[in-house]
Amino acid sequence: MVQNFAFLDEHSKKEIRRKTLKAIAIPGYQVPFASRELPIARGWGTGGLQLTLSLIGREDIIKVIDQGSDESVNAVNIRKLIQDTTGVEETIDMNEATLVQSRHRIPEVPLHPSQILVLQVPMPEPLRAVEPSERVTKALHGDKEYSGAWIKMFEQIMKYGHVTDDADYPVLVNGRYVMAPSPIPRFDNPKMNDNEGLILLGAGREKKIYAVPPHTHVASLAFDDHPFEIEDFSDKVCRESGASGVFMDELIDPDTGEKYYVTNDTSYMLEQLNKEEEHVN
Amino acid sequence: MGYVAVKGGKEAIEKSVEMYKSRRFREGQDIEVESIKTNMRQLINQVMSEASFYDRDLCALAIKQAEGNMEEAVFLMRAHRSTLPRLYYSTVTNTREMFVKRRVSASFKDIPGGQILGASPDYTHRLLDDALLGLQTLADYVTDEGEEEIEYDYKLDALPKVIDYLEAEGLYSKPEIDDTLPDDITKKSIEYPSSRSERLQSLTRGQTGAVTSLGYAEIRGYGFSTHPNIGECRVGDQPVHIEDMDGEEYFIGDIELTEIDAFLPDEKESSDKEDHQSEMTFNIGYGLTFGQNETKAIAMSVLDYSLSHPVENAPTTDDEFVLYHIDSVESTGFISHLKLPHYVTFQSKLDRMRQSGRKSE
Repeated sequence: MVQNFAFLDEHSKKEIRRKTLKAIAIPGYQVPFASRELPIARGWGTGGLQLTLSLIGREDIIKVIDQGSDESVNAVNIRKLIQDTTGVEETIDMNEATLVQSRHRIPEVPLHPSQILVLQVPMPEPLRAVEPSERVTKALHGDKEYSGAWIKMFEQIMKYGHVTDDADYPVLVNGRYVMAPSPIPRFDNPKMNDNEGLILLGAGREKKIYAVPPHTHVASLAFDDHPFEIEDFSDKVCRESGASGVFMDELIDPDTGEKYYVTNDTSYMLEQLNKEEEHVN
Repeated sequence: MGYVAVKGGKEAIEKSVEMYKSRRFREGQDIEVESIKTNMRQLINQVMSEASFYDRDLCALAIKQAEGNMEEAVFLMRAHRSTLPRLYYSTVTNTREMFVKRRVSASFKDIPGGQILGASPDYTHRLLDDALLGLQTLADYVTDEGEEEIEYDYKLDALPKVIDYLEAEGLYSKPEIDDTLPDDITKKSIEYPSSRSERLQSLTRGQTGAVTSLGYAEIRGYGFSTHPNIGECRVGDQPVHIEDMDGEEYFIGDIELTEIDAFLPDEKESSDKEDHQSEMTFNIGYGLTFGQNETKAIAMSVLDYSLSHPVENAPTTDDEFVLYHIDSVESTGFISHLKLPHYVTFQSKLDRMRQSGRKSE
């Protein structure tokens, strides 16, 4: 069947862009929008995809990643839909891309001022674990009443000796809204702070759009005596590239049964390997 | 490890899609979409209702493409719906003008216009019919080909409603006509507390099983836990009109609908101001679905009522609990996404678990 450029009809795209502008104007605030169904399942990145489809133009160059990989099932699927309905160019190179859609990672290469990073969000409400009702959490945000979020962390420390939140670790945006950064590892949280590019977050099933505009202050929630901690890879070295100080995948060597580590952001690793090769030649 | 290989993911996915799409041809012969349209009417009704998209041809196509998988067929139709600009709203449609094909009342034996059984599986025995293993003809199922004229004083497109009788008896007072423009949940997401128009739209496109289960829970023991009386269950063809910019109305076709008026006991303030007691009265739970979907429409009428009459600690009367979880595309999408790679988040979880272990050592 014949589809419109970027799948959605133009009225829908316009509505999504308006809501996006509102989100940018109020950093960290979840703007409700009339989320459309897409040919990709709800929960499989439809929020991010609606942002991408409403923003994309013919001259854009798109990069899509899932779990740090350009070749993961979700990334391949989403990229194919974007390309089939727009015909835009794709890249795996962070420096070439104008629009980057990602699930569960902020790439290791920092964003440029002209780049937009779209993150896919399953659960936009950082207070959902302490309060199931939407109308209540909406009021809590309105009142900047975040004691539930703090008490949850306090209870974790009492029970386990440390904060147990893993990925999707809550942040305070612009000193105002507590925000779910999407299930990126804690390792990526600091990348949101005072970042050069525009970060947009889309939750399709939950029908929310929110944003971290460039140079916004973003702080992970923490207590003075229990500072925020990222995943610890300090003593790990990437087996492929020799890199350290990046987020790693933990793998098992099928021959020796030994555990080893590889850079999770595969296009970044490829870039490092290519540079090395050039250097040698 | 897994399917996040640095290379090769794309080809593997292409082959998987090829395998899925070619399966029907390997298993046997292809079928015409037209056969689905005539033989799988009730499946089409269910897909149209959950997709909130009235098109028998496209739903039959979706069913074929989805190999009869309900959630997939609904998903295909919803996704297609997103590509279509919505240019018109219909004018106000009154179901009193429905051309009735079936209409029963469980409340009154003798209703004006009579009980019209129409076509329904309700009166069959659920015994597998092995005659259907082969191909049958009309003559195998119809005893008398000729259609007999019967005398009938009512017009099928202007049947009185059972509720009129209750009203005449003073047991039901019609609410005032509310001409507030309804909210459109496909253009604006539901905000809580929800409006009745948002609830009705959300319920009618709800997953049949989910709506039925929650409606069942409500009457079995969680909300008002008493069973409603079906005042009227109607199935028929409803004419739909649109209006152009000059205010001229155009008939654009009929849609088959199932409509339920369920009677539920309620109370109102006594008309006597001195009397501090309440009076008992009836209230209406309303169900309306695309196509013949009677069980779902009844469950919808139960939930319409329960959501307008919240009771503490009854999830089936909580609009957020019900409306957030009954949509097929949303619930199946989120549950199935758990199959996607979660390597990064799991790595993050491992880090926390190991730290927890280290502390206790």
